Amino acid sequence: MTFINYASREINCKIVYYGPGLCGKTTNLQHIYDSTAPQAKGKLISLATETDRTLFFDFMPLELGTVRGFKTRFHLYTVPGQVYYDASRKLILKGVDGVVFVADSQEERMDANIESLYNLEENLQTQGYNLMDIPYVLQLNKRDLPNVVPPDELAAELLRKGEPVFEATASQGVGVFDTLKAVAKQVLTELRKG
Amino acid sequence: MAETPVVIHEHQFLKLKSVLARTCAECAARVVLLVDRDGHPLAFHGDIAGLDTTSFSSLAAGNVAATTSMAKLIGEDVFPAVVHEGERESIFINVIGRSLLVVVFDERSTISLVKLRTKKASFEVGALLDEVARDSELQRQSENSFFAEITDDDIDSLFS
Ligand SMILES: Nc1nc2c(ncn2[C@@H]2O[C@H](COP(=O)(O)OP(=O)(O)OP(=O)(O)O)[C@@H](O)[C@H]2O)c(=O)[nH]1
Ligand SMILES: [Mg+2]
Repeated sequence: MTFINYASREINCKIVYYGPGLCGKTTNLQHIYDSTAPQAKGKLISLATETDRTLFFDFMPLELGTVRGFKTRFHLYTVPGQVYYDASRKLILKGVDGVVFVADSQEERMDANIESLYNLEENLQTQGYNLMDIPYVLQLNKRDLPNVVPPDELAAELLRKGEPVFEATASQGVGVFDTLKAVAKQVLTELRKG
Repeated sequence: MAETPVVIHEHQFLKLKSVLARTCAECAARVVLLVDRDGHPLAFHGDIAGLDTTSFSSLAAGNVAATTSMAKLIGEDVFPAVVHEGERESIFINVIGRSLLVVVFDERSTISLVKLRTKKASFEVGALLDEVARDSELQRQSENSFFAEITDDDIDSLFS
Protein backbone atom coordinates (compact mmCIF):
# COMPACT_ATOMS: atom_id res chain seq x y z
CA MET A 1 0.00 0.00 0.00
CA THR A 2 1.43 3.32 -1.06
CA PHE A 3 1.82 6.08 1.53
CA ILE A 4 1.82 9.69 0.49
CA ASN A 5 2.78 12.24 3.13
CA TYR A 6 2.09 15.85 2.19
CA ALA A 7 3.85 17.18 5.28
CA SER A 8 7.20 15.51 4.59
CA ARG A 9 6.46 15.37 0.83
CA GLU A 10 7.25 11.68 0.52
CA ILE A 11 5.81 8.75 -1.38
CA ASN A 12 6.51 5.32 0.17
CA CYS A 13 5.98 2.12 -1.83
CA LYS A 14 6.67 -1.55 -1.08
CA ILE A 15 8.29 -3.93 -3.56
CA VAL A 16 8.71 -7.65 -2.82
CA TYR A 17 11.21 -10.04 -4.44
CA TYR A 18 9.71 -13.53 -4.65
CA GLY A 19 11.03 -16.84 -5.99
CA PRO A 20 12.29 -20.31 -5.05
CA GLY A 21 15.05 -20.95 -2.52
CA LEU A 22 18.55 -19.89 -3.64
CA CYS A 23 17.28 -18.20 -6.84
CA GLY A 24 19.13 -14.99 -5.93
CA LYS A 25 16.59 -12.67 -4.26
CA THR A 26 18.93 -11.59 -1.48
CA THR A 27 21.74 -11.22 -4.04
CA ASN A 28 19.56 -8.73 -5.99
CA LEU A 29 19.12 -6.59 -2.86
CA GLN A 30 22.77 -6.92 -1.93
CA HIS A 31 23.80 -5.62 -5.34
CA ILE A 32 21.37 -2.70 -5.17
CA TYR A 33 22.71 -1.90 -1.72
CA ASP A 34 26.36 -2.12 -2.77
CA SER A 35 25.94 0.10 -5.80
CA THR A 36 23.76 2.89 -4.41
CA ALA A 37 25.08 6.15 -3.00
CA PRO A 38 24.93 6.29 0.82
CA GLN A 39 22.48 9.22 0.88
CA ALA A 40 19.97 7.28 -1.25
CA LYS A 41 19.72 4.23 0.94
CA GLY A 42 19.20 3.06 4.50
CA LYS A 43 20.54 -0.07 6.15
CA LEU A 44 20.15 -3.49 4.59
CA ILE A 45 18.48 -5.59 7.28
CA SER A 46 18.74 -9.37 6.80
CA LEU A 47 16.87 -11.73 9.07
CA ALA A 48 18.77 -14.84 8.05
CA THR A 49 19.78 -18.27 9.31
CA GLU A 50 23.32 -19.22 10.33
CA THR A 51 23.86 -20.40 6.78
CA ASP A 52 22.75 -17.11 5.17
CA ARG A 53 19.37 -18.34 4.02
CA THR A 54 16.61 -15.78 4.45
CA LEU A 55 14.60 -16.67 7.57
CA PHE A 56 11.98 -13.92 7.63
CA PHE A 57 12.93 -11.12 5.22
CA ASP A 58 15.61 -8.80 3.89
CA PHE A 59 14.73 -5.13 3.89
CA MET A 60 16.28 -2.00 2.49
CA PRO A 61 14.85 1.48 1.88
CA LEU A 62 15.89 3.16 -1.35
CA GLU A 63 15.25 6.70 -2.50
CA LEU A 64 15.01 7.08 -6.25
CA GLY A 65 14.62 10.85 -6.57
CA THR A 66 11.71 13.29 -6.71
CA VAL A 67 8.53 13.36 -8.76
CA ARG A 68 6.80 16.74 -8.76
CA GLY A 69 8.46 17.70 -5.50
CA PHE A 70 7.77 14.41 -3.75
CA LYS A 71 10.61 12.14 -2.65
CA THR A 72 9.92 8.63 -3.92
CA ARG A 73 11.04 6.02 -1.46
CA PHE A 74 10.88 2.31 -2.20
CA HIS A 75 10.93 -0.28 0.53
CA LEU A 76 12.48 -3.41 -0.94
CA TYR A 77 11.77 -6.76 0.70
CA THR A 78 12.74 -10.34 -0.13
CA VAL A 79 10.81 -13.37 1.09
CA PRO A 80 12.41 -16.62 2.28
CA GLY A 81 12.25 -19.01 -0.68
CA GLN A 82 12.44 -22.28 1.21
CA VAL A 83 9.12 -24.10 0.97
CA TYR A 84 8.51 -24.45 4.71
CA TYR A 85 8.68 -20.70 5.40
CA ASP A 86 5.31 -20.13 3.75
CA ALA A 87 3.76 -18.40 6.77
CA SER A 88 6.48 -15.73 6.60
CA ARG A 89 6.01 -15.27 2.85
CA LYS A 90 2.34 -14.51 3.36
CA LEU A 91 3.19 -11.83 5.93
CA ILE A 92 5.75 -10.10 3.73
CA LEU A 93 3.23 -9.82 0.88
CA LYS A 94 0.90 -7.69 3.00
CA GLY A 95 0.63 -4.18 1.61
CA VAL A 96 2.74 -4.96 -1.45
CA ASP A 97 2.71 -2.46 -4.33
CA GLY A 98 4.82 -4.43 -6.82
CA VAL A 99 6.38 -7.89 -7.15
CA VAL A 100 9.56 -9.14 -8.82
CA PHE A 101 9.62 -12.87 -9.47
CA VAL A 102 13.21 -14.09 -9.56
CA ALA A 103 13.42 -17.38 -11.46
CA ASP A 104 16.44 -19.67 -11.26
CA SER A 105 17.36 -20.43 -14.88
CA GLN A 106 19.03 -23.78 -14.13
CA GLU A 107 17.30 -26.82 -15.63
CA GLU A 108 17.05 -28.63 -12.31
CA ARG A 109 15.27 -25.65 -10.73
CA MET A 110 12.42 -25.52 -13.26
CA ASP A 111 9.97 -27.34 -11.01
CA ALA A 112 10.94 -25.15 -8.07
CA ASN A 113 10.21 -22.04 -10.18
CA ILE A 114 6.80 -23.32 -11.19
CA GLU A 115 5.93 -24.28 -7.64
CA SER A 116 7.06 -20.92 -6.26
CA LEU A 117 5.13 -18.96 -8.89
CA TYR A 118 2.01 -20.94 -8.10
CA ASN A 119 2.62 -20.27 -4.41
CA LEU A 120 2.91 -16.54 -5.17
CA GLU A 121 -0.42 -16.48 -6.98
CA GLU A 122 -2.04 -18.36 -4.13
CA ASN A 123 -0.58 -16.19 -1.38
CA LEU A 124 -1.47 -12.99 -3.21
CA GLN A 125 -5.02 -14.23 -3.43
CA THR A 126 -5.25 -14.94 0.30
CA GLN A 127 -4.17 -11.31 0.84
CA GLY A 128 -6.86 -10.09 -1.54
CA TYR A 129 -4.63 -9.32 -4.51
CA ASN A 130 -4.56 -10.71 -8.02
CA LEU A 131 -1.27 -11.18 -9.84
CA MET A 132 -3.00 -10.00 -13.01
CA ASP A 133 -3.69 -6.58 -11.50
CA ILE A 134 -0.49 -5.68 -9.68
CA PRO A 135 2.80 -4.29 -10.99
CA TYR A 136 4.88 -7.35 -11.81
CA VAL A 137 8.21 -8.20 -13.46
CA LEU A 138 9.86 -11.55 -14.27
CA GLN A 139 13.63 -11.91 -13.85
CA LEU A 140 15.46 -14.91 -15.30
CA ASN A 141 18.50 -15.13 -13.04
CA LYS A 142 21.77 -17.07 -13.07
CA ARG A 143 22.23 -16.71 -16.83
CA ASP A 144 25.99 -17.18 -16.33
CA LEU A 145 25.66 -20.86 -15.46
CA PRO A 146 26.21 -23.63 -18.07
CA ASN A 147 23.05 -25.68 -17.50
CA VAL A 148 20.43 -22.99 -18.10
CA VAL A 149 17.10 -23.31 -19.90
CA PRO A 150 16.82 -21.00 -22.96
CA PRO A 151 15.00 -17.72 -22.14
CA ASP A 152 12.05 -18.35 -24.46
CA GLU A 153 11.43 -21.76 -22.91
CA LEU A 154 11.52 -20.26 -19.43
CA ALA A 155 9.21 -17.47 -20.50
CA ALA A 156 6.78 -19.92 -22.08
CA GLU A 157 6.55 -21.71 -18.76
CA LEU A 158 6.58 -18.74 -16.40
CA LEU A 159 5.10 -15.75 -18.23
CA ARG A 160 1.71 -14.81 -16.78
CA LYS A 161 0.48 -11.65 -18.44
CA GLY A 162 2.98 -10.18 -20.87
CA GLU A 163 5.01 -8.76 -17.99
CA PRO A 164 8.48 -7.33 -18.67
CA VAL A 165 11.16 -10.07 -18.64
CA PHE A 166 14.84 -9.50 -17.81
CA GLU A 167 17.77 -11.86 -18.06
CA ALA A 168 20.10 -11.40 -15.12
CA THR A 169 23.24 -12.53 -13.38
CA ALA A 170 22.55 -10.99 -9.99
CA SER A 171 25.86 -12.13 -8.52
CA GLN A 172 27.60 -9.89 -11.10
CA GLY A 173 24.93 -7.17 -10.96
CA VAL A 174 23.76 -7.84 -14.50
CA GLY A 175 20.07 -7.02 -15.07
CA VAL A 176 19.45 -6.08 -11.43
CA PHE A 177 18.70 -2.39 -11.93
CA ASP A 178 16.76 -2.98 -15.17
CA THR A 179 14.46 -5.25 -13.18
CA LEU A 180 14.06 -2.77 -10.34
CA LYS A 181 13.40 0.14 -12.68
CA ALA A 182 10.74 -1.78 -14.56
CA VAL A 183 8.78 -2.64 -11.45
CA ALA A 184 9.21 0.81 -9.87
CA LYS A 185 7.95 2.41 -13.05
CA GLN A 186 4.85 0.24 -13.05
CA VAL A 187 4.18 1.10 -9.40
CA LEU A 188 4.33 4.85 -10.11
CA THR A 189 2.21 4.47 -13.21
CA GLU A 190 -0.37 2.61 -11.14
CA LEU A 191 -0.38 5.50 -8.65
CA ARG A 192 -1.24 7.91 -11.44
CA LYS A 193 -4.21 5.80 -12.49
CA GLY A 194 -5.58 6.11 -8.94
CA MET B 1 -7.31 -3.36 -8.25
CA ALA B 2 -4.52 -1.86 -6.18
CA GLU B 3 -5.25 -0.64 -2.66
CA THR B 4 -6.10 2.99 -2.11
CA PRO B 5 -2.92 4.95 -1.44
CA VAL B 6 -2.88 6.41 2.07
CA VAL B 7 -2.60 10.17 1.80
CA ILE B 8 -1.57 12.05 4.93
CA HIS B 9 -2.17 15.79 4.76
CA GLU B 10 -0.11 18.32 6.64
CA HIS B 11 -2.75 19.19 9.26
CA GLN B 12 -3.30 15.48 9.99
CA PHE B 13 0.42 14.85 10.25
CA LEU B 14 0.79 17.73 12.72
CA LYS B 15 -2.08 16.39 14.85
CA LEU B 16 -0.51 12.93 14.91
CA LYS B 17 2.84 14.44 15.88
CA SER B 18 1.28 16.39 18.73
CA VAL B 19 -0.42 13.26 20.10
CA LEU B 20 2.94 11.47 19.95
CA ALA B 21 4.70 14.39 21.66
CA ARG B 22 2.20 14.41 24.51
CA THR B 23 2.35 10.61 24.85
CA CYS B 24 6.12 10.70 24.93
CA ALA B 25 6.07 13.19 27.79
CA GLU B 26 3.29 11.40 29.70
CA CYS B 27 5.06 8.04 29.44
CA ALA B 28 8.46 9.52 30.29
CA ALA B 29 9.53 7.67 27.15
CA ARG B 30 12.63 8.04 25.02
CA VAL B 31 10.84 7.81 21.67
CA VAL B 32 7.30 7.25 20.48
CA LEU B 33 6.75 6.12 16.89
CA LEU B 34 3.71 5.54 14.77
CA VAL B 35 4.27 2.79 12.20
CA ASP B 36 1.97 1.27 9.61
CA ARG B 37 1.46 -2.47 9.90
CA ASP B 38 3.28 -2.92 6.59
CA GLY B 39 6.37 -1.28 8.07
CA HIS B 40 6.13 2.26 6.74
CA PRO B 41 7.15 4.82 9.37
CA LEU B 42 4.38 7.43 9.72
CA ALA B 43 5.57 9.81 12.45
CA PHE B 44 7.72 9.90 15.55
CA HIS B 45 8.62 12.07 18.49
CA GLY B 46 11.50 12.01 20.93
CA ASP B 47 15.19 11.36 21.13
CA ILE B 48 15.95 9.48 17.92
CA ALA B 49 19.66 10.22 17.90
CA GLY B 50 21.35 7.02 16.79
CA LEU B 51 18.04 5.26 16.13
CA ASP B 52 17.50 4.12 12.55
CA THR B 53 13.73 4.76 12.47
CA THR B 54 13.26 3.22 9.01
CA SER B 55 14.83 -0.13 9.95
CA PHE B 56 13.17 0.01 13.35
CA SER B 57 9.71 0.50 11.79
CA SER B 58 10.11 -2.37 9.37
CA LEU B 59 11.26 -4.70 12.17
CA ALA B 60 8.44 -3.59 14.50
CA ALA B 61 5.94 -4.41 11.77
CA GLY B 62 7.61 -7.77 11.11
CA ASN B 63 7.54 -8.48 14.84
CA VAL B 64 3.82 -7.75 15.15
CA ALA B 65 3.05 -9.66 11.94
CA ALA B 66 4.79 -12.71 13.39
CA THR B 67 3.16 -12.50 16.84
CA THR B 68 -0.27 -11.93 15.27
CA SER B 69 0.16 -15.10 13.21
CA MET B 70 1.24 -16.95 16.33
CA ALA B 71 -1.88 -15.65 18.10
CA LYS B 72 -4.07 -17.07 15.34
CA LEU B 73 -2.36 -20.47 15.60
CA ILE B 74 -3.36 -20.73 19.26
CA GLY B 75 -6.88 -19.43 18.69
CA GLU B 76 -6.41 -15.77 19.64
CA ASP B 77 -7.37 -13.11 17.11
CA VAL B 78 -4.52 -10.72 17.89
CA PHE B 79 -2.17 -9.80 20.71
CA PRO B 80 -3.22 -6.18 21.20
CA ALA B 81 0.12 -5.33 22.78
CA VAL B 82 3.65 -6.67 22.43
CA VAL B 83 6.27 -5.99 25.09
CA HIS B 84 10.03 -6.52 25.02
CA GLU B 85 11.78 -5.79 28.29
CA GLY B 86 15.50 -5.24 28.27
CA GLU B 87 17.91 -4.58 31.08
CA ARG B 88 17.71 -0.83 30.49
CA GLU B 89 15.76 -0.12 27.31
CA SER B 90 12.33 -1.61 26.66
CA ILE B 91 9.77 -1.55 23.88
CA PHE B 92 5.99 -1.47 24.11
CA ILE B 93 3.92 -1.88 20.94
CA ASN B 94 0.21 -1.21 20.87
CA VAL B 95 -1.72 -2.46 17.84
CA ILE B 96 -4.27 0.12 16.66
CA GLY B 97 -6.12 -1.25 13.64
CA ARG B 98 -3.76 -0.87 10.67
CA SER B 99 -1.04 0.82 12.65
CA LEU B 100 1.30 0.39 15.59
CA LEU B 101 2.07 2.80 18.38
CA VAL B 102 5.60 1.99 19.50
CA VAL B 103 7.03 3.35 22.76
CA VAL B 104 10.73 3.03 23.56
CA PHE B 105 11.48 3.71 27.21
CA ASP B 106 14.19 3.16 29.80
CA GLU B 107 14.44 2.91 33.59
CA ARG B 108 12.96 6.38 34.00
CA SER B 109 9.56 4.82 33.23
CA THR B 110 7.74 1.53 33.83
CA ILE B 111 5.72 -0.83 31.67
CA SER B 112 2.56 -0.23 33.72
CA LEU B 113 2.86 3.53 33.34
CA VAL B 114 3.38 3.19 29.60
CA LYS B 115 0.40 0.84 29.24
CA LEU B 116 -1.83 3.20 31.19
CA ARG B 117 -0.79 6.38 29.43
CA THR B 118 -0.94 5.03 25.87
CA LYS B 119 -4.61 4.08 26.20
CA LYS B 120 -5.99 7.54 25.47
CA ALA B 121 -3.37 8.16 22.79
CA SER B 122 -4.41 4.97 21.04
CA PHE B 123 -8.00 6.16 20.72
CA GLU B 124 -6.88 9.54 19.39
CA VAL B 125 -4.45 8.04 16.92
CA GLY B 126 -7.09 5.53 15.82
CA ALA B 127 -9.62 8.29 15.17
CA LEU B 128 -7.08 10.41 13.27
CA LEU B 129 -6.06 7.46 11.10
CA ASP B 130 -9.72 6.67 10.36
CA GLU B 131 -10.07 10.22 9.13
CA VAL B 132 -6.93 9.81 7.00
CA ALA B 133 -8.37 6.61 5.48
CA ARG B 134 -11.69 8.33 4.67
CA ASP B 135 -9.98 11.32 3.07
CA SER B 136 -7.66 9.03 1.09
CA GLU B 137 -10.66 7.25 -0.39
CA LEU B 138 -12.26 10.60 -1.33
CA GLN B 139 -9.01 11.76 -2.87
CA ARG B 140 -8.85 8.60 -4.94
CA GLN B 141 -12.32 9.26 -6.29
CA SER B 142 -11.72 12.93 -7.07
CA GLU B 143 -10.76 13.56 -10.69
CA ASN B 144 -8.26 16.32 -10.06
CA SER B 145 -5.93 14.30 -7.90
CA PHE B 146 -2.35 15.49 -7.85
CA PHE B 147 -1.03 12.16 -9.08
CA ALA B 148 -3.16 12.09 -12.18
CA GLU B 149 -0.85 14.85 -13.41
CA ILE B 150 2.33 12.77 -13.20
CA THR B 151 3.64 12.30 -16.72
CA ASP B 152 5.71 9.54 -18.31
CA ASP B 153 8.57 12.03 -18.46
CA ASP B 154 8.33 12.62 -14.70
CA ILE B 155 8.68 8.90 -14.11
CA ASP B 156 11.45 8.40 -16.67
CA SER B 157 13.46 11.27 -15.20
CA LEU B 158 13.74 9.32 -11.95
CA PHE B 159 15.81 6.69 -13.68
CA SER B 160 18.02 8.83 -15.85
N1 LIG C 1 26.23 -18.27 -10.59
C1 LIG C 1 25.35 -17.45 -10.04
N2 LIG C 1 25.10 -17.53 -8.72
C2 LIG C 1 24.19 -16.68 -8.19
C3 LIG C 1 23.50 -15.72 -8.97
N3 LIG C 1 22.66 -15.03 -8.17
C4 LIG C 1 22.82 -15.54 -6.93
N4 LIG C 1 23.73 -16.53 -6.94
C5 LIG C 1 24.20 -17.35 -5.79
O1 LIG C 1 23.14 -18.18 -5.36
C6 LIG C 1 23.22 -18.38 -3.95
C7 LIG C 1 21.89 -18.06 -3.30
O2 LIG C 1 21.61 -16.68 -3.46
P1 LIG C 1 20.63 -15.88 -2.49
O3 LIG C 1 20.52 -14.49 -3.02
O4 LIG C 1 21.01 -16.04 -1.07
O5 LIG C 1 19.26 -16.68 -2.74
P2 LIG C 1 17.82 -16.38 -2.13
O6 LIG C 1 16.89 -16.40 -3.27
O7 LIG C 1 17.85 -15.16 -1.31
O8 LIG C 1 17.60 -17.69 -1.23
P3 LIG C 1 16.60 -17.85 0.07
O9 LIG C 1 16.91 -16.73 0.99
O10 LIG C 1 16.87 -19.16 0.66
O11 LIG C 1 15.21 -17.76 -0.48
C8 LIG C 1 24.35 -17.52 -3.46
O12 LIG C 1 25.48 -18.32 -3.31
C9 LIG C 1 24.54 -16.51 -4.58
O13 LIG C 1 25.86 -16.04 -4.66
C10 LIG C 1 23.80 -15.65 -10.38
O14 LIG C 1 23.25 -14.86 -11.14
N5 LIG C 1 24.72 -16.56 -10.85
MG1 LIG D 1 17.37 -14.77 0.61
